[in-house]
Amino acid sequence: MKRQWRLGPAVLVILGALALVGTACGDDDAPASGSGEGGALRVAIVAPSASDDLAFSQSMVDSVHAIERDVELSVTDGTFIIEDAAAAIRGYAEDGNDVVIAHGTQFGASLIEIAPAFPDVTFMWGTASDTQGLANVFAYSPAADEGGYVNGSIAAALTKTGVIGVVGPIEAGDAVAYINGFKAGALAGGASEVNVTYTGSFGDVALAAEAAEAHLANDVDVLTGTAQMVVGAVGVAADAGVPWFGTQANQTSLAPSLVVASQVYHWEVVLEEMLTLRDSGVLGGQAFEVNLANGGLVIEFNDAYELPAGVRDAADAMIEGITNGTVSTG
Amino acid sequence: MGEFFTLSVLVATAASAIRLATPYLLASLGETVGQRSGVLNLGVDGVMLLSAFFSYWTVLETGNLWLAVLVGLVVGLVMGLLYGVITVFLNATQGISGIGIFIFGLGLSDLLFRQLVGTPKPVRRLPNVDIPLLSDIPHLGEALFQRNLLTYLAFLLVPVTALLLTRTTFGLNIRSVGDNPQAADSLGVSVERTRFVAILIGNSMAGLAGAALVLQLGIFQPNLTQGLGFIAVALVYFGAWRPIGVMGGALLYGFVNATVLQWKALGIIPVSGSDLANMAPAVLTILALIVVARRVHAPSALTKPFTRH
Amino acid sequence: MIKGVLGALVPLLAALAAFAFGAMMLVTLGASPLAGLDAMLDGAFGSGSRIAATAVKATPLILVGAGITIAFRTSVINIGGEGQIIAGALLSTVVALSFPNLPAFILVPLVLLSGAVGGGILGAVPGALKAYASVNEILSTIMLNLVMVQFMNFLLRGPLIDPFELEAGTRIPQTQRLSDNATLPTLLDGTRLHIGVPVAICAAVGAYLILWRTPTGFRLRAVGYSPEAARAAGISVKRNITLAMTLSGSLGGIAGAILVFGSEGQRMVTDGSAAGFTGSAGFNGIVAALFGGLHPLWTIPSAMLFGALLTGATQLQRVLQVPAALAVALNGIIVIFVISSTPVRGWLQRSLADSGLFNRSSDTAGMD
Repeated sequence: MKRQWRLGPAVLVILGALALVGTACGDDDAPASGSGEGGALRVAIVAPSASDDLAFSQSMVDSVHAIERDVELSVTDGTFIIEDAAAAIRGYAEDGNDVVIAHGTQFGASLIEIAPAFPDVTFMWGTASDTQGLANVFAYSPAADEGGYVNGSIAAALTKTGVIGVVGPIEAGDAVAYINGFKAGALAGGASEVNVTYTGSFGDVALAAEAAEAHLANDVDVLTGTAQMVVGAVGVAADAGVPWFGTQANQTSLAPSLVVASQVYHWEVVLEEMLTLRDSGVLGGQAFEVNLANGGLVIEFNDAYELPAGVRDAADAMIEGITNGTVSTG
Repeated sequence: MGEFFTLSVLVATAASAIRLATPYLLASLGETVGQRSGVLNLGVDGVMLLSAFFSYWTVLETGNLWLAVLVGLVVGLVMGLLYGVITVFLNATQGISGIGIFIFGLGLSDLLFRQLVGTPKPVRRLPNVDIPLLSDIPHLGEALFQRNLLTYLAFLLVPVTALLLTRTTFGLNIRSVGDNPQAADSLGVSVERTRFVAILIGNSMAGLAGAALVLQLGIFQPNLTQGLGFIAVALVYFGAWRPIGVMGGALLYGFVNATVLQWKALGIIPVSGSDLANMAPAVLTILALIVVARRVHAPSALTKPFTRH
Repeated sequence: MIKGVLGALVPLLAALAAFAFGAMMLVTLGASPLAGLDAMLDGAFGSGSRIAATAVKATPLILVGAGITIAFRTSVINIGGEGQIIAGALLSTVVALSFPNLPAFILVPLVLLSGAVGGGILGAVPGALKAYASVNEILSTIMLNLVMVQFMNFLLRGPLIDPFELEAGTRIPQTQRLSDNATLPTLLDGTRLHIGVPVAICAAVGAYLILWRTPTGFRLRAVGYSPEAARAAGISVKRNITLAMTLSGSLGGIAGAILVFGSEGQRMVTDGSAAGFTGSAGFNGIVAALFGGLHPLWTIPSAMLFGALLTGATQLQRVLQVPAALAVALNGIIVIFVISSTPVRGWLQRSLADSGLFNRSSDTAGMD
């Protein structure tokens, strides 16, 4: 057997040195509180994927930028590790941010423990439909089924084979809402079959691409999908010349000639409401929904894709119908 | 179920399996060469991520696919130089250096992507190239001989690697330094040089695997591989350090994955059973190995740094 | 003496070199390296609660690392930490859901024990497969990691899902809030320091005692040292390989239970990936164990070091607004630099020994 190398003592020395310096410079930590420079609202986002993922995380970052207020924004993104996200949420609250946005359904359990410790901080959590009884938590969720329904009905008008394919991550959260809405819309619009594949991963781009290929082999001629790994499926759709429907963010840039429309989350609509409440001293305790009616969900059409005559009008009428409650997405 | 056994669906499944298998195969073959020389490289995934990023970036900037493949290869080669220096000349522990390379590649590729690209932008994908005559064979031709050039290369490298290992002096040297470096050394074979070159070959192939992955998809994302490199390492054990066995493993893994996706699309696998079905590739790989279980001997000096006494 | 100084100095210099590399990357990103270092150190050690957070982050690494030590000392390469953590977490969650009303002094030990059982089972499988069916353990553990992720998703999406999630239609893949009686008690008010930390340290000490102070440990190490010799001495190689993997897995399983019952959320949640739940502790634990020279006791400071790097990284990203990937890359560089420095140190020491300054003591054997 060969020589055993021993790092142990060295590791101890390194650790000791770091700890010493760390504790020594620990107290210069700025216990900032209240507003940032020039009275700007200090907002922090903790998001599970990259802030420019063309999907869920990007939708929130774009929305905060769209708020018509002086905002000093900090972002911690790519924190898919739930414990790390919890640490970041707590850290932003400690740093004296006014608003901390926990942009992931999976962070809710941690918020139950963190939010009560910072009663002056407003936490926003989504996608979630209730505040878990916390006084300083606002919950937000998208009525993703609405845009799904609209997308589905347009898809039904475009399909020639009558078979439509969907690529999803795992059957959970707002992915389910979008997909179920899409399915209902497509079937109501006359599609004969909507095949849904959950690949089992939010990150596996290759698997999403092959899921799309599998749909194509089964007569699918219109595709949609949700979550950040669908960028792989969009590529397949683009190469096959099959129209694609996006959700969460505007995905037109992924296939400029084949993305028909994207359901885009404009969280700023409800963010403004929450902030107004905060101004009036209500730090949380209410749940908000973005939907077609309040303008928080917008179907953004890609003008480069020419819809057959009447389809666009029918879609607009349907949006109108959902908005005024005459069309049900169920 | 009947829908699955239509020719067009079977052809599509086979094509999908081969696409999925291509990066595994390239990376596994490379790892095979390295392990035969006695070097375990757990950093394949990190190498693949870096080469995938640089390949992607090359296409994005130049639009040249072949330059991108070359870049992927070169990135693999450079990572091989690094890994070779660490493990062969500095004699560092292989398992942990490999994990270090993996973590480094994971972080750096993500960082570079965020800094240089940002939002995922689609690029051209590798075009399929029909092989004359063979691609005209009904159905079979469509499944096997209308693939991209990197896929052909991957499968071509199976016999090439096998011949390299069994029929050339260099291959003999690789196997001897992997099994008994002391004896090889006493016979005048440079253990260091042989292992170093084997590492360079292995990492270059991991680089190609990264290029193949990203160029088949036409898009990059942080952690694009999702642990693909680790599966590739596992497949070397599946294949018992033989290129043909490794190919069997890569194809099995690809086929099961493709079949599961096809069955989901057809509704044969209900959504409620989706997660359980996703276990199939891993479970079947283990089961297949139990069934064909035979005593295979790993290269005796695998993971053991060489010091001359 | 010179040996001791050298022993610590060379890896220290390597770590400094790695940090210098990190500083260069920070400069490229337009951030101040000093501010970066300050943020990392402050995040890891800046206050009592942050030191506690570092210790909590290190806890699964200590456990997995100690388990890795047992396996590697028996010449079994266990890369299945991720799966074993998940298995332990799932079984302990099921137990806590089944017996929510047991008093804490029974339920807390019970969930930790069921974690050990769950992880132990997932360790025993590749162990037995290696021993009795010649299935290489690197292959089986990597594959079982993949299997467990999907199994976790299946359970949290189906049988174990919070009934409220189905009712409300939100379908978050998480269990209901687990019984307070199963919560790991905190040791210091105002911090997250819970009993998982001393449990992990005790487990590492236990691993040390088993390996070097019991006949069982002697047999395990004998198998690791030379299976042929062990067999000749009448030791069952197969049984000991299975045992080593079982012990190794059970330590990972305890880590899983601690991740659930020591977490802020007090429930098990999945984001669909293994790392989302484990924080890659199954891999980082291997690094911690190897940094600790495959010695369970040295694994403790080694895991603390990585715990500090990980918590520091969160702060680094928050304060300087640099991508988290930077910290990941930096961790990789530290591993590469420090691990490459050990042979250099050995070489220096040998040169000194050759010059007759001191005699090199014979080192104990181990494997990578």
